[in-house]
Amino acid sequence: MTTTDAESTPAVPKIGEEILSVTSLVKHFPIRKGVLQRQVGAVQAVDGLTFNVTRGETLSLVGESGCGKTTTGRLLTRLLEPTSGEIVFEGRDISHLREGQMRPLRRDVQMIFQDPYGSLNPRHTVGKIVGAPFKLQHVKTEHGVKKAVQELLELVGLSPEHYNRYPHEFSGGQRQRIGIARTLALRPKLIVADEPVSALDVSIQAQVVNLLEDLQEEFDLTYVMIAHDLSVVRHVSDRVAVMYLGKIVELADRVDLYEKPMHPYTVALLSAVPVPDTKRKAKQERIRLQGDVPSPINPPPACRFHTRCWKAQDICKAVEPPLVELAPGHQTACHFPENQGTETPAAAVDQAKS
Amino acid sequence: MLAYLIRRLIGAVVLLFIVTAVTFSIFFLVPRVGGATADDLASRYVGRSVGKEQIHQTAERLGFTDPLYVQYGRFVKGLVVGTDYNYGPSTEHCPPPCFGYSFLTQTPVWPDLVARIPVTASLAGGAAFIWLVTGVGTGVISALRRGSVLDRSLMSVALAGVSLPIFFTGLLSLSIFSYGLGWTAQGGTNPLDETNPIWWAYDLILPWTTLAFLYAAAYARLTRAGMLETMNEDYVRTARAKGLTERDVVLRHGLRSALTPILTIFGLDLGLLMGGAILTETTFSLPGIGQYAVIALRANDLPKVLGVTLVAAFFIVLANLIVDLLYAVVDPRVRIS
Amino acid sequence: MTEPIEEVQDSVQRVARGEAFLDVRDLKVHFPTDDGVVKSVDGISFKLERGKTLGIVGESGSGKSVTSLSIMGLHPPGVARISGEIFLDGQDLVQASREEVRLLRGKRMAMIFQDPLSAMHPFYTVGHQIIEAYRVHNKVSKQVAKKHAIEMLDRVGIPQPDRRVDSYPHQFSGGMRQRAMIAMALSCDPDLLIADEPTTALDVTVQAQILDLIRDLQREFNSAVIIITHDLGVVAELADDIQVMYAGRAAEYGTAEEIFDEPQHPYTWGLLGSMPRIDRERSERLIPIKGTPPSLINVPTGCAFNPRCNYAHLNGGASETDRPELLDTGNGHMVACHLSPQNRQQAWETDIKPKL
Ligand SMILES: Nc1ncnc2c1ncn2[C@@H]1O[C@H](COP(=O)(O)OP(=O)(O)O)[C@@H](O)[C@H]1O
Ligand SMILES: Nc1ncnc2c1ncn2[C@@H]1O[C@H](COP(=O)(O)OP(=O)(O)O)[C@@H](O)[C@H]1O
Ligand code: SF4
Ligand code: SF4
Ligand SMILES: [Mg+2]
Ligand SMILES: [Mg+2]
Repeated sequence: MTTTDAESTPAVPKIGEEILSVTSLVKHFPIRKGVLQRQVGAVQAVDGLTFNVTRGETLSLVGESGCGKTTTGRLLTRLLEPTSGEIVFEGRDISHLREGQMRPLRRDVQMIFQDPYGSLNPRHTVGKIVGAPFKLQHVKTEHGVKKAVQELLELVGLSPEHYNRYPHEFSGGQRQRIGIARTLALRPKLIVADEPVSALDVSIQAQVVNLLEDLQEEFDLTYVMIAHDLSVVRHVSDRVAVMYLGKIVELADRVDLYEKPMHPYTVALLSAVPVPDTKRKAKQERIRLQGDVPSPINPPPACRFHTRCWKAQDICKAVEPPLVELAPGHQTACHFPENQGTETPAAAVDQAKS
Repeated sequence: MLAYLIRRLIGAVVLLFIVTAVTFSIFFLVPRVGGATADDLASRYVGRSVGKEQIHQTAERLGFTDPLYVQYGRFVKGLVVGTDYNYGPSTEHCPPPCFGYSFLTQTPVWPDLVARIPVTASLAGGAAFIWLVTGVGTGVISALRRGSVLDRSLMSVALAGVSLPIFFTGLLSLSIFSYGLGWTAQGGTNPLDETNPIWWAYDLILPWTTLAFLYAAAYARLTRAGMLETMNEDYVRTARAKGLTERDVVLRHGLRSALTPILTIFGLDLGLLMGGAILTETTFSLPGIGQYAVIALRANDLPKVLGVTLVAAFFIVLANLIVDLLYAVVDPRVRIS
Repeated sequence: MTEPIEEVQDSVQRVARGEAFLDVRDLKVHFPTDDGVVKSVDGISFKLERGKTLGIVGESGSGKSVTSLSIMGLHPPGVARISGEIFLDGQDLVQASREEVRLLRGKRMAMIFQDPLSAMHPFYTVGHQIIEAYRVHNKVSKQVAKKHAIEMLDRVGIPQPDRRVDSYPHQFSGGMRQRAMIAMALSCDPDLLIADEPTTALDVTVQAQILDLIRDLQREFNSAVIIITHDLGVVAELADDIQVMYAGRAAEYGTAEEIFDEPQHPYTWGLLGSMPRIDRERSERLIPIKGTPPSLINVPTGCAFNPRCNYAHLNGGASETDRPELLDTGNGHMVACHLSPQNRQQAWETDIKPKL
């Protein structure tokens, strides 16, 4: 990695300082219907997210499909423009930057996609794919683009000889490595990884997870990791935000979240994951959610989880619970949280601990 | 669904307006681009022998000197309420729907079209029935016996069908079955003059098969490709897993989906043919729309050509509309979103 | 499952019956292609009784689906070369005529698939598709069949089944579609249910519902169930016995307890080591299996796993030259690996167990 660049030689970044802060972020996709294609409603894909990311950490967004994880990722990388709310990256409000102003941002913030094949142009060689960011950003490299690309390939565990090959000649895991190499080309500070390992087999998944961890260490990367696999999330994250229907319902340190989940949805989510341990099978008493996630077009009022929550009371249907800090660094949006203070922990948590 | 229907209907009407306007403009502009003046046009109706002054008066009476939009407005009005053509010596009435008036034959165009549409419709409808059944049938068999000798020979025949021109297959079949063996009617009769449906079919069987051959070949290839795709779908595997007979699997599950795109093409093909199967009608001397168009073109009889063009456009728009609606009937995902 | 495989193969002359309800012996499914013969399944054997669940795990491409499709007789004729024996209640499905197998499909054995959206015909209502499944094997009127379909939808937990029976698949959510698929599969009360990745396309909370449903229904109908998945958690939930597949062959076979508590095969170790765990705080790093799965056209000689195995060098070259057979290590736990019991024990105790 030998990119030379005049403008961005920041002082050694401090671990722990805030790199990204998001306030009341909203994205609604309009729905049009009828003869005149009038707007009749909106998909409330993301509906008021507030969180921040500190330098060097991995923050994971988890939740079931359709809860707005990908949309959030695309907002953070400004592939989408927010309906309202604020995204501040390194002190600069990037919420409504126009295309022309976004070039520096495109270098610092990168996205890794789920589908390792769909995101690589099948007609371009690996060299061209991984080298493209240099060209797009007019970055000069010390020993030429080819050399830089080959170094990147080695970095992600591919061979420099792969330079002239095409994506279809690679396996799923290797393709994801190509995607990662492309992402790393411009030495980003923040990487938003959207389900980077979901499409991979377990044995390959582990290789890529380890690679992402090594790269984080080596380049002081900050990750926003989007995933639905709670086991992977437990392994990779420092902090975890649980999303439900476009909102964050719980945000906490990894250890707290998995050992003392407070939001009923988190508890249910954790207890739903099948555990590869037969001894657990018999004694496990589960919390089973009924039905499916409601539509984000007409989300339930107040607490959006109340249609499936076993603790729901009248107040849950009338008053939206705010996301508040109930324990140090542990935010929850629920009127009747679990595992609070010294109360006896819920059954599910017993099982979450081994 | 209702909104969808209304949107489609409005769309079709708007499209028809656009098509008539564009067609009319082209017919208006083409002679001008060629350098003809309003007087030149008028002279074709009254003859060159008369004086310049008189020609100019005729041009004015016929409205050739008016701007384009005025002439178009008059044309649309004629379609709805009819119009009178006054060209000096006499006034010709053209009752609604007035598709124009041929000054060469001194007749309104619409009655001619009315007489000829059934001929073209008989030809197109019968041929369509034949090619749909044989084409789809062949395609299904080919797909199921993929790679076999049968598949390969059927597809070779289909390739020939797609590439041989109508006048070749038409004349060849005429010379064999009609002149040679005497099994079928010779061209030139109007099948609608027959009183007995058997004779109507007898007159048309050769044009039908000739035209159908061309289309059946294309449909066989399309069906085969579609079937190869749908027979690999998961839901076909499910149908087999249920224990359905292979016949039900193929017909109810595979073919049902493979037919949907073919339906679209079928509608459009039929719509196109309704505007005149020019080659077939010419080869077999059938007095249909296509033949009418050829005669009108040869005589440079612009009102007739315009009339035929509009009728053809109308059928295509109509076919499009019907296909869209049928699609909603066939595919619940279109109907219920 | 107590017999080592040799014995089973020797007894082929005994034939005709098959001992268990489902008895698969030395099944091979090969696909001749332009690039060569794809040996998708290359000699696997297992048995399954009514009321029991067999889990088949393995990474994608290891031959799980091909195995299940050959039991169901769903490989198109002429595409696959199938050999071996598959006894379903004494009847050999490999030798049976296509028509005989068709009559068993849906009635005595049924299957549910991974993606319920693509597995249902988009043009027919859910009810129509269940009615169709029921009426192939039961000569009843449409009204009777519809009533049955509504009962089945009710049984699998679809709310307002009398209304939803007339819905199209695209109007259902993913979880409801899979329930409807299950209703369809169970409509003729089959003795054998094969579920090929039934929850892979679903969210966890819905997955949990579906797994519960499969378990409950199995108890109720006392059918034999084969659950195919790449998710070790899912098999741990459901399976009594587990077969771990690698490159078209069984690497290890045992009870669920044996596979999770005392795994014996290096590939199983690899799977367990690469899996992040939700039920415990993270260990240092995941231990991936190096390399990638082999092509099934050019399967490595000897043990197919040898290019990726950390213990291949301990066997004096046997791993590279001799294909290990699936052998009983005692009380039915079978492993296909050349490692000596001592080396195996040592590797498990020192390298693997402490890191899991
Ligand atoms: N471009 C779009 N137009 C309309 N709706 C969208 C669009 N993108 C996403 N959505 C909807 O927004 C919701 C959230 O989607 P997404 O962010 O992809 O969820 P996730 O990644 O958590 O599965 C879903 O209901 C989805 O259908
Ligand atoms: N019809 C076929 N022709 C050729 N190869 C096939 C065919 N069906 C499956 N295969 C191959 O067999 C192997 C095993 O496939 P499969 O059983 O689907 O794996 P999985 O364990 O993921 O279910 C794969 O490598 C696949 O490419
Ligand atoms: S606020 Fe009420 S409905 Fe919402 S999660 Fe808490 S207890 Fe359940
Ligand atoms: S036989 Fe050899 S290569 Fe195969 S799993 Fe055992 S030790 Fe590894
Ligand atoms: Mg997503
Ligand atoms: Mg499979």
